[in-house]
Amino acid sequence: MDAVATDTTVLVDYLLHLGDNALVLGQRNSQWCGVGPVLEEDLALANQTLDLIGQARLLYQEVARLQGGDVTEDTLAYFRDAHQFRNYVLLELPASLARVGYAQGDMDWGVTLARNFLYSALMVPLWDALQGSRHEPLAAIAAKSLKEARYHLRHASDWVVRLGDGTDTSHARMQAAFDHLMPYTQEFWTASDFERAAVEAGIGVDVAGLRDVWRATVSATLQEATLRVPSDQGYVPQGKNGLHSEHLSYLLGEMQSVARAHPGAVW
Amino acid sequence: MSTAAALPVTAESIARVRAALDGLTDPEIPVVTLAEMGILRDVRPATDDPALVEVVITPTYSGCPAMGQIEDDVRATLQRLGVPVRVTTQLAPAWTTDWMTEAARDKLRAYGIAPPGRCSAEGTGPGERIVRFVPRAPEPVACPRCGSTHTREVSHFGSTACKALWQCLDCREPFDHFKPH
Repeated sequence: MDAVATDTTVLVDYLLHLGDNALVLGQRNSQWCGVGPVLEEDLALANQTLDLIGQARLLYQEVARLQGGDVTEDTLAYFRDAHQFRNYVLLELPASLARVGYAQGDMDWGVTLARNFLYSALMVPLWDALQGSRHEPLAAIAAKSLKEARYHLRHASDWVVRLGDGTDTSHARMQAAFDHLMPYTQEFWTASDFERAAVEAGIGVDVAGLRDVWRATVSATLQEATLRVPSDQGYVPQGKNGLHSEHLSYLLGEMQSVARAHPGAVW
Repeated sequence: MSTAAALPVTAESIARVRAALDGLTDPEIPVVTLAEMGILRDVRPATDDPALVEVVITPTYSGCPAMGQIEDDVRATLQRLGVPVRVTTQLAPAWTTDWMTEAARDKLRAYGIAPPGRCSAEGTGPGERIVRFVPRAPEPVACPRCGSTHTREVSHFGSTACKALWQCLDCREPFDHFKPH
């Protein structure tokens, strides 16, 4: 622990990265609450959103403990701006094909589930490996989150297969969803400085080492779904370093507005 | 904290605390107690303050909205006892439905919720095989009303994070299934 304690910044950045991933995807998917395609699926996404926000809370609470002072889970969620968030860009994108930030439009169930699939296919092996983190609170959070990520992966896989191997329309839309999202997964494998330092300190996991496992899950599922695994070439996003798409500001604007309009309010 | 707190914690006061907490049920499933659910992990003297009882609870799912309520219930109950107490949330080892007692399983069934099977039978991680649209219960889930195992999963996610929605294909009743976790 001593070697780790000397660099709290790395640990904090690493925990924030994991927490921001969970919070941002949770907030994004919560937009389906009340408008899901069928009641069961509305509940399914709301349930998973609860898991994700719960994971974010545990991680933020640990950051608050490490930073001390006035930092709380709430200040981390509500009073940081977009450039201070360290989530993957993949998770902040709207639930639709590419569009500008202010554009309104229907949400796309295929894009939502394709994203959940790509993310949870990573998080199952990642949480699994993080159970061995030298930072014990993180190992404990990983053990809890792993069980939840398995449910999420199973749910998303079902839908990828159901829609991919469905009608011509659902197949085409699922393929378009993967074509759109796949390039963003490059961010998984491109380590940021704080990730490298976290791996060196034994608190983090080298995500690039999970790429083969992830690929195997993705290929097997897409094959069963009669979908083609699209290219993941192109621009490599850097959300982990605070460089986000325009979509994150809109998402945070909605999430943070009440807390900022009434700072310190309780009920 | 109580001001009359100077007395060290005794085995007798621990037993009193346990007895009081035995009356506390899960806010979402009011027929099972926190102890039966495996949520209440320990009642012990705090290591850093011999006059303080430490009650250790563990969350079921990370986002379980009942945890705040459970913590409040524990505090309120012990305040009435006049015992100075600290409630600690402990994550590791992660909660599993395998900790649920047999008594709890019977009560769930009687309440209309199919109890969870054993976790060890669940698929584990990346190698888990995807089977197309077939509900993957490792053990048959028996209808809590008629006992038939001729049942199907309607949705893996139900009325709370810990339950799935099932239906009996014999008596046609829908029911909740507490997921093995």
